[in-house]
Amino acid sequence: MNSDAHVSHGAGHDVAHDAAHDGHGDGHQTHITLDGYLIGFGLSVILTAIPFGLVMSGVLESKTATALAITILAVAQIVVHMVYFLHLDTRSEAGWNMMALIFTAVILIIALTGSLWIMYHLKANMAPMNMSTLP
Amino acid sequence: MTSLAVTGDAFVAPADTATEAPGTLTASQSTAEASIFYVLDEHPHPAGYSTMLGFWLYIMSDCLLFSVLFATYGVLGGNYAAGPSPKDLFDLPLVAVNTSMLLLSSITYGFAMLAMQDNRVGRTQMWLAVTAFFGLCFIGIELYEFADFIRQGATPQRSAFLSSFFTLVGTHGLHVTTGLVWMATLMVQVGQRGLIEANRRRLMCLSMFWHFLDVVWIGVFTFVYLMGMLR
Repeated sequence: MNSDAHVSHGAGHDVAHDAAHDGHGDGHQTHITLDGYLIGFGLSVILTAIPFGLVMSGVLESKTATALAITILAVAQIVVHMVYFLHLDTRSEAGWNMMALIFTAVILIIALTGSLWIMYHLKANMAPMNMSTLP
Repeated sequence: MTSLAVTGDAFVAPADTATEAPGTLTASQSTAEASIFYVLDEHPHPAGYSTMLGFWLYIMSDCLLFSVLFATYGVLGGNYAAGPSPKDLFDLPLVAVNTSMLLLSSITYGFAMLAMQDNRVGRTQMWLAVTAFFGLCFIGIELYEFADFIRQGATPQRSAFLSSFFTLVGTHGLHVTTGLVWMATLMVQVGQRGLIEANRRRLMCLSMFWHFLDVVWIGVFTFVYLMGMLR
C-alpha cells in the first residue's frame, strides 16, 4: 500500500518535473529573430535621436518641458531594450525574472526619489554656516 | 524507484503525498490537506539549469549599484565649487557618437546570438569581433573625453559634481571594459571548443550583461549629459 503510493507518486512527480523543465526550457532558449533585433534597433535610434535633437536645437522653450520629454523618451527606450534586446517577458523563468525586475525598480525609485527629495529639503532648510560662529 | 521528492518548483505538494511522506513535520499531519514547505531531498538538475535566473539576479543587483550612483550624482551634480559646470565641459556631438557606438555594439551582439542560434561558429566569432570593436571605440572615446576634462583642470577632486560624475560614468566604463575582457575570453573558448552547450550559456550571460550596460547608458546620457546641458 505504502509502496504503491510511492510508485504512483514517483510517476506523477516525473510528469510534473518534465512539465516544469519544459517551462524552464522556454526561458533558456527563447527563439530570437532578426526582425526583433531590427525593430528594437530602429526604435532605439529614434528614441535616442529625438532627445539629443531636443537638447541640441533647443526647440522647446521651457527647460522643464524638455527635461520631462527626454525623461519619458529614456523610459520608453529602456522598455524597448528590455523587450527586444533582453527578451524579457512575464513568462521567462516562470515569472521570477519579472519579479526580480519589479523589486529592483521599486528599490531604485525609492533610492532616487528619496535621496533627491530629502537632500533638496535639507539644502533649502540649512542655515548659512560660518565656521567662526561654531562653538 | 523514484525517491519521494517534492519538486523545487512546487512548494505545496499534492495532498496525497503529504500523508505518505515519512519524517515530515507538518503542523497538521492528520489532515489530508497538509502541505510540505521544503524539499525533502534534492533531485538532479542538468548543468546550468539555473544559471540564467542567477545571472539575471546579478544584473538586478548591479542595477541597484548604479541606482545609488545615479542618486549620488542627482544630489551632488549641482555643486560646482566655483569650478566648471556641465555646460563648460560636455561636448554633446561626441556623446552622441559614443551613444551610437554602444547602440551599434548592442545590435551586432544580437547578430552574434542569431548566428549562434543557427550553429554558425565563424559568423558568431565575426559578429563578436565587430561588437568588441564598437565596445573598444566606446571606451576609447570615453577615455579621450576624460583626458580632455582632466587637461582642463576638471579632475575628480575639483568639485562634488566632478567626483560624482567620474564615479558614475567611470563605473559604467569599467563595466564595459570587463565585458570586453569577457568577450575576448569567450571568443578564445568558442575557438577552442566550438558552440558547445556551456559556451552557449556563457554567450547568453554576456548578452544579458552587454544589453544591460546599454540600458544603463540610456540613463547616463539622459540624466548626466542631456540634463546637464539644461541646468
